[in-house]
Amino acid sequence: MLVVYLASLALMLVTAFWRLNELSSQIERVWGLQNFQTLWNSSATRLITVRTVGMAAAVTVTDLILAFPIAYYAARIATPRGRNLLLLAVVMPLWSNYLVRVFAWRVITSGDGPLQALLKLIGINYSISASNWAVWLTFCYLWLPFAILPVYAALERVPGSLMEASSDLGAHNGLTFRRVVVPLIFPGLVAASIFTFSLTLGDYITPVLVGKGFFIGNTIYNLVGLASNLPLAAAYAFVPIVIMAIYLTLARKLGALEAI
Amino acid sequence: MESRLASALIRIGTGFTLLFLYIPLVILALYAFNKGITHAWPPDLWTTKWFSAALHDPDLPGALRNSVLAAIGATTIALLLGSLAAFAVHRFSFFGRDTISFVLVLPIALPGIVTAIALASSINYANIAFGLTLGLFTIIVGHATFCIVVVFNNVIARLRRTPTSFVEASMDLGADGWQTFRYVTFPALKTALVAGALLAFGLSFDEIVVTNFTAGATLTLPLWIFNNIRLPKQQPIVNAVALVLMLLSIIPVYFAQRLAGGVQAAQPTGEGSAAAATPVVPLEEAGPG
Repeated sequence: MLVVYLASLALMLVTAFWRLNELSSQIERVWGLQNFQTLWNSSATRLITVRTVGMAAAVTVTDLILAFPIAYYAARIATPRGRNLLLLAVVMPLWSNYLVRVFAWRVITSGDGPLQALLKLIGINYSISASNWAVWLTFCYLWLPFAILPVYAALERVPGSLMEASSDLGAHNGLTFRRVVVPLIFPGLVAASIFTFSLTLGDYITPVLVGKGFFIGNTIYNLVGLASNLPLAAAYAFVPIVIMAIYLTLARKLGALEAI
Repeated sequence: MESRLASALIRIGTGFTLLFLYIPLVILALYAFNKGITHAWPPDLWTTKWFSAALHDPDLPGALRNSVLAAIGATTIALLLGSLAAFAVHRFSFFGRDTISFVLVLPIALPGIVTAIALASSINYANIAFGLTLGLFTIIVGHATFCIVVVFNNVIARLRRTPTSFVEASMDLGADGWQTFRYVTFPALKTALVAGALLAFGLSFDEIVVTNFTAGATLTLPLWIFNNIRLPKQQPIVNAVALVLMLLSIIPVYFAQRLAGGVQAAQPTGEGSAAAATPVVPLEEAGPG
Protein backbone atom coordinates (compact mmCIF):
# COMPACT_ATOMS: atom_id res chain seq x y z
CA MET A 1 0.00 0.00 0.00
CA LEU A 2 2.92 2.21 0.81
CA VAL A 3 4.34 1.32 -2.57
CA VAL A 4 1.04 2.21 -4.23
CA TYR A 5 1.06 5.57 -2.52
CA LEU A 6 4.69 6.40 -3.26
CA ALA A 7 4.37 5.18 -6.83
CA SER A 8 1.31 7.38 -7.21
CA LEU A 9 3.15 10.40 -5.91
CA ALA A 10 6.08 9.70 -8.21
CA LEU A 11 3.78 9.16 -11.15
CA MET A 12 2.05 12.46 -10.41
CA LEU A 13 5.40 14.24 -10.39
CA VAL A 14 6.28 12.63 -13.69
CA THR A 15 2.86 13.30 -15.21
CA ALA A 16 3.41 17.00 -14.58
CA PHE A 17 6.13 16.91 -17.25
CA TRP A 18 4.02 15.12 -19.86
CA ARG A 19 1.48 16.86 -21.99
CA LEU A 20 -2.03 16.53 -23.29
CA ASN A 21 -2.62 16.20 -27.00
CA GLU A 22 -5.35 18.74 -27.57
CA LEU A 23 -6.84 16.94 -30.54
CA SER A 24 -7.04 13.43 -29.16
CA SER A 25 -7.24 14.36 -25.44
CA GLN A 26 -4.67 11.63 -24.82
CA ILE A 27 -1.67 12.06 -22.58
CA GLU A 28 1.53 12.14 -24.63
CA ARG A 29 4.65 11.00 -22.82
CA VAL A 30 6.80 13.79 -24.12
CA TRP A 31 9.01 15.46 -21.56
CA GLY A 32 8.84 19.18 -21.20
CA LEU A 33 8.20 22.11 -18.95
CA GLN A 34 5.26 23.37 -21.00
CA ASN A 35 2.73 22.79 -18.16
CA PHE A 36 4.74 24.92 -15.80
CA GLN A 37 5.12 27.56 -18.50
CA THR A 38 1.36 27.59 -19.09
CA LEU A 39 0.75 28.03 -15.37
CA TRP A 40 3.41 30.68 -14.94
CA ASN A 41 2.27 32.71 -17.94
CA SER A 42 -1.39 32.67 -16.99
CA SER A 43 -2.39 35.70 -14.95
CA ALA A 44 -5.43 33.70 -13.77
CA THR A 45 -3.36 31.00 -12.05
CA ARG A 46 -1.14 33.63 -10.46
CA LEU A 47 -4.23 35.40 -9.12
CA ILE A 48 -5.71 32.11 -7.90
CA THR A 49 -2.48 31.17 -6.12
CA VAL A 50 -2.25 34.56 -4.40
CA ARG A 51 -5.94 34.38 -3.46
CA THR A 52 -5.55 30.89 -1.99
CA VAL A 53 -2.48 31.80 0.03
CA GLY A 54 -4.24 34.97 1.23
CA MET A 55 -7.28 32.93 2.24
CA ALA A 56 -5.11 30.39 4.05
CA ALA A 57 -3.38 33.22 5.93
CA ALA A 58 -6.69 34.91 6.83
CA VAL A 59 -8.16 31.63 8.05
CA THR A 60 -5.04 30.88 10.09
CA VAL A 61 -5.03 34.26 11.82
CA THR A 62 -8.78 34.13 12.54
CA ASP A 63 -8.58 30.61 13.91
CA LEU A 64 -5.64 31.42 16.17
CA ILE A 65 -7.55 34.41 17.59
CA LEU A 66 -10.67 32.29 18.11
CA ALA A 67 -8.64 29.42 19.56
CA PHE A 68 -6.70 31.30 22.22
CA PRO A 69 -9.44 32.16 24.77
CA ILE A 70 -11.05 28.71 24.81
CA ALA A 71 -7.66 26.98 24.89
CA TYR A 72 -6.56 29.24 27.75
CA TYR A 73 -9.78 28.63 29.65
CA ALA A 74 -9.47 24.86 29.23
CA ALA A 75 -5.78 24.78 30.14
CA ARG A 76 -5.65 27.19 33.07
CA ILE A 77 -9.07 28.15 34.45
CA ALA A 78 -11.43 25.19 34.09
CA THR A 79 -11.71 22.41 36.67
CA PRO A 80 -10.46 19.00 35.47
CA ARG A 81 -14.04 17.94 34.78
CA GLY A 82 -14.82 21.19 32.99
CA ARG A 83 -11.66 20.80 30.94
CA ASN A 84 -12.65 17.33 29.78
CA LEU A 85 -16.11 18.54 28.80
CA LEU A 86 -14.67 21.53 26.96
CA LEU A 87 -12.19 19.41 25.02
CA LEU A 88 -14.95 16.98 24.14
CA ALA A 89 -17.06 19.93 22.93
CA VAL A 90 -14.16 21.06 20.75
CA VAL A 91 -13.60 17.70 19.03
CA MET A 92 -17.26 16.63 18.78
CA PRO A 93 -17.88 18.57 15.54
CA LEU A 94 -14.91 16.78 13.96
CA TRP A 95 -16.77 13.48 14.22
CA SER A 96 -19.71 14.70 12.21
CA ASN A 97 -19.31 14.41 8.47
CA TYR A 98 -17.19 17.06 6.82
CA LEU A 99 -19.80 17.62 4.09
CA VAL A 100 -22.51 17.99 6.70
CA ARG A 101 -20.58 20.88 8.26
CA VAL A 102 -19.93 22.52 4.89
CA PHE A 103 -23.62 22.12 4.08
CA ALA A 104 -24.54 23.84 7.37
CA TRP A 105 -22.60 26.90 6.19
CA ARG A 106 -24.23 26.77 2.78
CA VAL A 107 -27.55 26.98 4.61
CA ILE A 108 -26.38 29.77 6.95
CA THR A 109 -24.90 31.96 4.21
CA SER A 110 -27.65 31.41 1.63
CA GLY A 111 -29.55 34.43 0.31
CA ASP A 112 -32.20 35.64 2.81
CA GLY A 113 -30.84 32.97 5.14
CA PRO A 114 -29.99 33.07 8.86
CA LEU A 115 -26.77 35.10 8.55
CA GLN A 116 -28.34 37.74 6.35
CA ALA A 117 -31.20 38.06 8.87
CA LEU A 118 -28.64 38.49 11.66
CA LEU A 119 -26.72 41.14 9.71
CA LYS A 120 -29.98 42.99 9.01
CA LEU A 121 -30.64 43.00 12.74
CA ILE A 122 -27.47 45.01 13.31
CA GLY A 123 -28.24 47.30 10.41
CA ILE A 124 -26.17 45.77 7.61
CA ASN A 125 -28.17 44.83 4.55
CA TYR A 126 -25.73 42.56 2.75
CA SER A 127 -25.73 38.98 1.57
CA ILE A 128 -22.47 37.05 1.64
CA SER A 129 -24.07 34.15 -0.25
CA ALA A 130 -21.59 32.47 -2.62
CA SER A 131 -18.80 34.92 -1.83
CA ASN A 132 -15.24 34.66 -0.53
CA TRP A 133 -16.59 35.84 2.84
CA ALA A 134 -18.68 32.68 3.01
CA VAL A 135 -15.64 30.57 2.05
CA TRP A 136 -13.58 32.29 4.75
CA LEU A 137 -16.21 31.68 7.45
CA THR A 138 -16.61 28.04 6.43
CA PHE A 139 -12.86 27.34 6.45
CA CYS A 140 -12.53 29.05 9.85
CA TYR A 141 -15.31 26.83 11.16
CA LEU A 142 -13.97 23.59 9.67
CA TRP A 143 -10.39 23.91 10.90
CA LEU A 144 -10.99 25.62 14.25
CA PRO A 145 -10.65 22.43 16.34
CA PHE A 146 -7.29 21.77 14.67
CA ALA A 147 -6.14 25.18 15.88
CA ILE A 148 -7.53 24.86 19.41
CA LEU A 149 -5.89 21.53 20.27
CA PRO A 150 -2.19 22.46 19.69
CA VAL A 151 -2.68 25.85 21.37
CA TYR A 152 -4.29 24.10 24.32
CA ALA A 153 -1.47 21.55 24.53
CA ALA A 154 1.09 24.38 24.48
CA LEU A 155 -0.73 26.45 27.11
CA GLU A 156 -1.06 23.45 29.38
CA ARG A 157 2.72 23.13 29.46
CA VAL A 158 3.36 26.76 30.47
CA PRO A 159 4.32 26.70 34.17
CA GLY A 160 1.91 28.84 36.18
CA SER A 161 4.84 30.01 38.29
CA LEU A 162 6.31 31.88 35.32
CA MET A 163 3.13 33.88 34.90
CA GLU A 164 2.98 34.60 38.61
CA ALA A 165 6.60 35.68 38.58
CA SER A 166 5.88 38.01 35.70
CA SER A 167 2.99 39.65 37.50
CA ASP A 168 4.95 39.77 40.81
CA LEU A 169 7.65 41.64 38.95
CA GLY A 170 5.05 44.23 38.05
CA ALA A 171 4.07 43.25 34.51
CA HIS A 172 0.44 43.85 33.67
CA ASN A 173 -1.59 41.21 31.81
CA GLY A 174 -0.84 42.55 28.36
CA LEU A 175 2.89 42.52 29.01
CA THR A 176 2.85 39.04 30.52
CA PHE A 177 0.88 37.83 27.50
CA ARG A 178 3.31 39.41 25.02
CA ARG A 179 6.59 38.67 26.72
CA VAL A 180 5.93 35.41 28.57
CA VAL A 181 2.91 33.51 27.24
CA VAL A 182 3.29 34.07 23.48
CA PRO A 183 7.02 33.18 23.32
CA LEU A 184 6.38 30.02 25.35
CA ILE A 185 3.43 28.81 23.28
CA PHE A 186 4.92 29.95 19.96
CA PRO A 187 5.71 26.39 18.77
CA GLY A 188 2.09 25.46 19.50
CA LEU A 189 0.84 28.44 17.50
CA VAL A 190 3.04 27.44 14.55
CA ALA A 191 1.83 23.84 14.80
CA ALA A 192 -1.78 25.05 14.74
CA SER A 193 -1.04 27.26 11.75
CA ILE A 194 0.45 24.33 9.82
CA PHE A 195 -2.87 22.51 10.08
CA THR A 196 -5.09 25.47 9.19
CA PHE A 197 -2.77 26.54 6.37
CA SER A 198 -2.28 23.12 4.78
CA LEU A 199 -5.95 22.18 5.08
CA THR A 200 -7.07 25.43 3.43
CA LEU A 201 -4.54 25.03 0.60
CA GLY A 202 -5.71 21.53 -0.25
CA ASP A 203 -9.48 21.88 0.03
CA TYR A 204 -11.56 22.00 -3.12
CA ILE A 205 -15.03 21.16 -1.76
CA THR A 206 -15.75 24.31 0.24
CA PRO A 207 -15.11 26.82 -2.58
CA VAL A 208 -17.40 24.76 -4.83
CA LEU A 209 -20.23 24.45 -2.30
CA VAL A 210 -20.29 27.81 -0.49
CA GLY A 211 -18.36 30.15 -2.82
CA LYS A 212 -18.00 30.81 -6.48
CA GLY A 213 -14.40 32.02 -6.76
CA PHE A 214 -11.49 29.84 -7.81
CA PHE A 215 -8.86 28.55 -5.38
CA ILE A 216 -5.97 26.18 -6.03
CA GLY A 217 -8.04 23.18 -4.93
CA ASN A 218 -11.08 23.64 -7.14
CA THR A 219 -8.93 24.78 -10.06
CA ILE A 220 -7.05 21.46 -9.94
CA TYR A 221 -10.37 19.64 -9.52
CA ASN A 222 -11.73 21.30 -12.66
CA LEU A 223 -8.54 20.58 -14.60
CA VAL A 224 -9.03 16.88 -13.91
CA GLY A 225 -12.82 16.70 -14.01
CA LEU A 226 -13.92 19.12 -16.72
CA ALA A 227 -10.78 19.57 -18.78
CA SER A 228 -9.38 16.02 -18.25
CA ASN A 229 -5.95 17.65 -18.34
CA LEU A 230 -4.17 15.48 -15.80
CA PRO A 231 -0.66 16.73 -16.71
CA LEU A 232 -1.58 20.37 -16.12
CA ALA A 233 -3.41 19.44 -12.88
CA ALA A 234 -0.37 17.52 -11.67
CA ALA A 235 1.85 20.49 -12.46
CA TYR A 236 -0.45 22.80 -10.50
CA ALA A 237 -0.38 20.35 -7.56
CA PHE A 238 3.31 21.25 -7.29
CA VAL A 239 2.28 24.68 -6.04
CA PRO A 240 0.69 23.61 -2.72
CA ILE A 241 3.49 21.05 -2.24
CA VAL A 242 6.16 23.71 -2.66
CA ILE A 243 4.31 26.18 -0.43
CA MET A 244 3.93 23.56 2.33
CA ALA A 245 7.59 22.53 1.95
CA ILE A 246 8.68 26.14 2.49
CA TYR A 247 6.25 26.49 5.38
CA LEU A 248 7.45 23.29 7.06
CA THR A 249 11.09 24.26 6.60
CA LEU A 250 10.44 27.61 8.27
CA ALA A 251 8.52 25.86 11.04
CA ARG A 252 11.42 23.49 11.61
CA LYS A 253 13.82 26.42 11.83
CA LEU A 254 11.53 27.91 14.49
CA GLY A 255 11.58 24.59 16.33
CA ALA A 256 7.86 24.06 16.01
CA LEU A 257 7.72 20.60 14.45
CA GLU A 258 8.21 18.82 17.75
CA ALA A 259 4.99 20.45 18.95
CA ILE A 260 2.82 18.58 16.46
CA MET B 1 -2.79 36.09 37.89
CA GLU B 2 -5.44 37.16 35.41
CA SER B 3 -7.03 40.48 36.18
CA ARG B 4 -10.80 40.62 36.30
CA LEU B 5 -10.88 42.19 32.85
CA ALA B 6 -8.61 39.56 31.29
CA SER B 7 -10.57 36.76 32.92
CA ALA B 8 -13.86 38.25 31.65
CA LEU B 9 -12.45 38.55 28.12
CA ILE B 10 -11.29 34.94 28.17
CA ARG B 11 -14.71 33.77 29.34
CA ILE B 12 -16.47 35.81 26.66
CA GLY B 13 -14.07 34.48 24.01
CA THR B 14 -14.64 30.91 25.19
CA GLY B 15 -18.42 31.35 25.02
CA PHE B 16 -18.19 32.92 21.57
CA THR B 17 -16.06 30.07 20.20
CA LEU B 18 -18.42 27.46 21.65
CA LEU B 19 -21.40 29.23 20.04
CA PHE B 20 -19.48 29.44 16.76
CA LEU B 21 -18.85 25.67 16.91
CA TYR B 22 -22.41 24.63 17.72
CA ILE B 23 -24.88 27.17 16.29
CA PRO B 24 -24.27 25.93 12.70
CA LEU B 25 -25.19 22.40 13.75
CA VAL B 26 -28.36 23.63 15.49
CA ILE B 27 -29.37 25.65 12.41
CA LEU B 28 -28.79 22.63 10.20
CA ALA B 29 -31.00 20.53 12.49
CA LEU B 30 -33.77 23.17 12.39
CA TYR B 31 -33.82 23.38 8.59
CA ALA B 32 -34.20 19.61 8.32
CA PHE B 33 -37.81 20.19 9.45
CA ASN B 34 -38.35 23.20 7.17
CA LYS B 35 -41.41 23.00 4.89
CA GLY B 36 -39.99 25.13 2.07
CA ILE B 37 -37.02 24.29 -0.13
CA THR B 38 -35.21 27.62 0.32
CA HIS B 39 -33.25 28.55 3.41
CA ALA B 40 -35.05 31.83 4.13
CA TRP B 41 -35.01 32.86 7.78
CA PRO B 42 -37.01 32.03 9.83
CA PRO B 43 -37.60 28.39 8.73
CA ASP B 44 -41.19 27.32 8.15
CA LEU B 45 -41.51 24.51 10.74
CA TRP B 46 -42.42 21.60 11.21
CA THR B 47 -42.49 18.80 8.69
CA THR B 48 -40.89 15.38 8.51
CA LYS B 49 -41.65 14.92 4.80
CA TRP B 50 -37.98 15.23 3.80
CA PHE B 51 -37.06 12.24 5.93
CA SER B 52 -39.58 10.04 4.15
CA ALA B 53 -38.42 11.53 0.84
CA ALA B 54 -34.88 10.49 1.75
CA LEU B 55 -36.10 6.95 2.47
CA HIS B 56 -37.50 6.77 -1.04
CA ASP B 57 -34.46 8.20 -2.81
CA PRO B 58 -33.43 5.66 -5.46
CA ASP B 59 -29.65 6.15 -5.11
CA LEU B 60 -29.31 6.48 -1.37
CA PRO B 61 -29.39 2.78 -0.30
CA GLY B 62 -26.71 1.81 -2.81
CA ALA B 63 -24.54 4.75 -1.80
CA LEU B 64 -24.86 3.80 1.87
CA ARG B 65 -23.98 0.18 1.10
CA ASN B 66 -20.90 1.19 -0.90
CA SER B 67 -19.75 3.48 1.90
CA VAL B 68 -20.04 0.74 4.49
CA LEU B 69 -18.26 -1.80 2.25
CA ALA B 70 -15.47 0.65 1.44
CA ALA B 71 -15.02 1.52 5.12
CA ILE B 72 -14.89 -2.17 6.11
CA GLY B 73 -12.41 -2.94 3.33
CA ALA B 74 -10.15 0.01 4.03
CA THR B 75 -10.24 -0.59 7.80
CA THR B 76 -9.34 -4.26 7.38
CA ILE B 77 -6.37 -3.46 5.11
CA ALA B 78 -5.29 -0.66 7.43
CA LEU B 79 -5.44 -2.87 10.54
CA LEU B 80 -3.30 -5.54 8.89
CA LEU B 81 -0.71 -3.39 7.12
CA GLY B 82 -0.70 -0.54 9.65
CA SER B 83 0.05 -2.76 12.63
CA LEU B 84 2.59 -4.83 10.66
CA ALA B 85 4.41 -1.64 9.72
CA ALA B 86 4.31 -0.48 13.33
CA PHE B 87 5.76 -3.81 14.54
CA ALA B 88 8.52 -3.63 11.96
CA VAL B 89 9.47 -0.04 12.74
CA HIS B 90 9.28 -0.65 16.47
CA ARG B 91 11.02 -4.01 16.75
CA PHE B 92 13.73 -3.97 14.09
CA SER B 93 16.14 -1.36 12.96
CA PHE B 94 16.72 -1.64 9.26
CA PHE B 95 17.83 0.41 6.33
CA GLY B 96 15.25 3.07 5.54
CA ARG B 97 13.41 2.76 8.84
CA ASP B 98 13.15 6.49 9.41
CA THR B 99 12.07 6.95 5.82
CA ILE B 100 9.13 4.61 6.41
CA SER B 101 8.02 6.58 9.46
CA PHE B 102 8.23 9.74 7.40
CA VAL B 103 6.48 8.37 4.34
CA LEU B 104 3.64 6.99 6.45
CA VAL B 105 2.88 10.50 7.65
CA LEU B 106 2.93 11.99 4.14
CA PRO B 107 -0.70 11.26 3.24
CA ILE B 108 -1.83 13.37 6.18
CA ALA B 109 0.83 16.08 5.86
CA LEU B 110 0.28 16.80 2.18
CA PRO B 111 -2.77 18.83 1.13
CA GLY B 112 -5.70 16.50 0.34
CA ILE B 113 -5.88 17.46 -3.32
CA VAL B 114 -2.28 16.28 -3.81
CA THR B 115 -3.04 12.75 -2.60
CA ALA B 116 -6.15 12.80 -4.78
CA ILE B 117 -4.27 13.86 -7.92
CA ALA B 118 -1.49 11.38 -7.22
CA LEU B 119 -3.95 8.48 -7.02
CA ALA B 120 -5.85 9.77 -10.04
CA SER B 121 -2.58 9.74 -12.04
CA SER B 122 -1.73 6.17 -11.18
CA ILE B 123 -5.28 4.92 -11.71
CA ASN B 124 -5.24 6.62 -15.08
CA TYR B 125 -1.98 4.85 -15.82
CA ALA B 126 -3.24 1.49 -14.57
CA ASN B 127 -6.32 1.97 -16.68
CA ILE B 128 -4.22 2.37 -19.83
CA ALA B 129 -1.73 -0.33 -18.85
CA PHE B 130 -4.03 -3.12 -17.62
CA GLY B 131 -7.54 -1.79 -18.00
CA LEU B 132 -8.18 -1.17 -14.29
CA THR B 133 -11.60 0.42 -13.98
CA LEU B 134 -12.76 2.82 -11.30
CA GLY B 135 -15.05 1.36 -8.69
CA LEU B 136 -15.27 0.02 -5.18
CA PHE B 137 -11.79 -1.50 -5.45
CA THR B 138 -10.08 1.77 -6.33
CA ILE B 139 -12.08 3.55 -3.59
CA ILE B 140 -10.83 1.04 -1.00
CA VAL B 141 -7.22 1.34 -2.17
CA GLY B 142 -7.44 5.15 -1.95
CA HIS B 143 -8.95 5.10 1.52
CA ALA B 144 -6.50 2.51 2.80
CA THR B 145 -3.54 4.85 2.09
CA PHE B 146 -4.55 7.27 4.84
CA CYS B 147 -6.32 4.73 7.08
CA ILE B 148 -3.00 2.86 7.41
CA VAL B 149 -1.49 6.01 8.87
CA VAL B 150 -3.96 6.29 11.73
CA VAL B 151 -3.64 2.61 12.65
CA PHE B 152 0.16 2.86 12.43
CA ASN B 153 0.22 5.92 14.69
CA ASN B 154 -2.03 4.31 17.27
CA VAL B 155 -0.17 1.01 17.37
CA ILE B 156 3.34 2.47 17.40
CA ALA B 157 2.45 4.90 20.20
CA ARG B 158 1.16 1.99 22.27
CA LEU B 159 4.17 -0.20 21.45
CA ARG B 160 6.50 2.57 22.59
CA ARG B 161 4.66 2.88 25.88
CA THR B 162 4.62 -0.86 26.54
CA PRO B 163 7.88 -1.84 28.25
CA THR B 164 9.85 -4.45 26.30
CA SER B 165 10.57 -6.10 29.64
CA PHE B 166 7.03 -7.57 29.49
CA VAL B 167 7.87 -9.47 26.35
CA GLU B 168 11.28 -10.48 27.74
CA ALA B 169 9.67 -11.70 30.98
CA SER B 170 7.19 -13.74 29.00
CA MET B 171 9.97 -15.34 26.95
CA ASP B 172 12.05 -15.97 30.09
CA LEU B 173 9.10 -17.72 31.66
CA GLY B 174 9.09 -20.11 28.74
CA ALA B 175 6.37 -18.79 26.47
CA ASP B 176 6.95 -19.24 22.78
CA GLY B 177 6.57 -16.38 20.28
CA TRP B 178 2.92 -17.10 19.57
CA GLN B 179 2.00 -17.37 23.27
CA THR B 180 3.78 -14.10 24.00
CA PHE B 181 1.85 -12.42 21.23
CA ARG B 182 -1.43 -14.00 22.30
CA TYR B 183 -1.14 -13.29 26.03
CA VAL B 184 1.16 -10.25 26.32
CA THR B 185 1.50 -8.16 23.17
CA PHE B 186 -2.05 -8.43 21.83
CA PRO B 187 -3.84 -7.59 25.13
CA ALA B 188 -1.60 -4.53 25.45
CA LEU B 189 -2.48 -3.46 21.92
CA LYS B 190 -6.17 -4.28 21.95
CA THR B 191 -7.57 -0.84 22.74
CA ALA B 192 -5.05 0.83 20.44
CA LEU B 193 -6.27 -1.39 17.61
CA VAL B 194 -9.91 -0.65 18.39
CA ALA B 195 -9.20 3.08 18.53
CA GLY B 196 -7.31 2.88 15.24
CA ALA B 197 -10.12 0.89 13.62
CA LEU B 198 -12.73 3.41 14.83
CA LEU B 199 -10.72 6.28 13.40
CA ALA B 200 -10.05 4.49 10.13
CA PHE B 201 -13.70 3.52 9.70
CA GLY B 202 -14.83 7.07 10.42
CA LEU B 203 -12.28 8.60 8.08
CA SER B 204 -13.20 6.26 5.25
CA PHE B 205 -16.95 6.62 5.78
CA ASP B 206 -16.71 10.43 5.51
CA GLU B 207 -14.03 10.72 2.87
CA ILE B 208 -14.83 12.82 -0.21
CA VAL B 209 -11.63 14.60 -1.33
CA VAL B 210 -9.87 11.47 -2.61
CA THR B 211 -13.01 9.43 -3.33
CA ASN B 212 -14.13 12.00 -5.87
CA PHE B 213 -11.15 11.04 -8.02
CA THR B 214 -11.15 7.28 -7.44
CA ALA B 215 -14.84 6.34 -7.55
CA GLY B 216 -15.78 6.66 -11.21
CA ALA B 217 -19.52 6.01 -11.49
CA THR B 218 -19.70 4.28 -8.09
CA LEU B 219 -21.64 6.32 -5.55
CA THR B 220 -20.70 6.57 -1.88
CA LEU B 221 -22.71 8.45 0.72
CA PRO B 222 -20.46 11.55 0.71
CA LEU B 223 -20.50 11.54 -3.09
CA TRP B 224 -24.29 11.34 -3.05
CA ILE B 225 -24.36 14.36 -0.72
CA PHE B 226 -21.83 16.26 -2.85
CA ASN B 227 -23.82 15.65 -6.04
CA ASN B 228 -27.20 16.43 -4.50
CA ILE B 229 -26.24 19.56 -2.53
CA ARG B 230 -25.90 21.39 -5.81
CA LEU B 231 -29.41 20.50 -6.98
CA PRO B 232 -31.79 23.01 -5.35
CA LYS B 233 -34.73 20.61 -5.32
CA GLN B 234 -32.70 17.94 -3.55
CA GLN B 235 -31.32 20.23 -0.83
CA PRO B 236 -34.02 19.52 1.79
CA ILE B 237 -33.46 15.77 1.38
CA VAL B 238 -29.71 16.29 1.81
CA ASN B 239 -30.52 18.31 4.91
CA ALA B 240 -32.54 15.44 6.39
CA VAL B 241 -29.76 12.94 5.61
CA ALA B 242 -27.23 15.38 7.11
CA LEU B 243 -29.15 15.50 10.39
CA VAL B 244 -29.28 11.70 10.57
CA LEU B 245 -25.51 11.48 9.91
CA MET B 246 -24.86 14.12 12.57
CA LEU B 247 -26.81 12.11 15.14
CA LEU B 248 -25.07 8.88 14.08
CA SER B 249 -21.68 10.50 14.71
CA ILE B 250 -22.45 10.44 18.43
CA ILE B 251 -21.93 6.64 18.40
CA PRO B 252 -18.16 6.66 17.71
CA VAL B 253 -17.71 9.55 20.16
CA TYR B 254 -19.36 7.40 22.82
CA PHE B 255 -17.05 4.47 22.09
CA ALA B 256 -13.97 6.68 21.97
CA GLN B 257 -14.95 8.11 25.35
CA ARG B 258 -15.34 4.61 26.80
CA LEU B 259 -11.93 3.66 25.41
CA ALA B 260 -10.28 6.72 26.83
CA GLY B 261 -11.65 5.79 30.24
CA GLY B 262 -13.17 9.20 30.83
CA VAL B 263 -9.97 11.15 30.26
CA GLN B 264 -10.36 12.19 26.71
CA ALA B 265 -8.15 14.28 24.60
CA ALA B 266 -7.59 14.41 20.92
CA GLN B 267 -4.95 14.95 18.39
CA PRO B 268 -5.51 16.12 14.87
CA THR B 269 -4.07 14.04 12.11
CA GLY B 270 -4.29 16.49 9.26
CA GLU B 271 -5.13 16.04 5.56
CA GLY B 272 -8.13 17.30 3.64
CA SER B 273 -11.33 15.57 4.37
CA ALA B 274 -9.55 12.91 6.34
CA ALA B 275 -8.67 15.65 8.74
CA ALA B 276 -12.18 16.85 8.73
CA ALA B 277 -13.35 13.64 10.20
CA THR B 278 -10.58 13.09 12.68
CA PRO B 279 -12.15 12.19 15.97
CA VAL B 280 -11.50 11.82 19.65
CA VAL B 281 -8.79 9.41 20.58
CA PRO B 282 -6.77 9.09 23.74
CA LEU B 283 -3.96 11.62 23.41
CA GLU B 284 -1.10 9.21 23.78
CA GLU B 285 -2.59 6.99 21.09
CA ALA B 286 -2.59 9.52 18.31
CA GLY B 287 -0.03 11.59 16.52
CA PRO B 288 3.31 10.54 15.20
CA GLY B 289 5.47 9.16 17.99
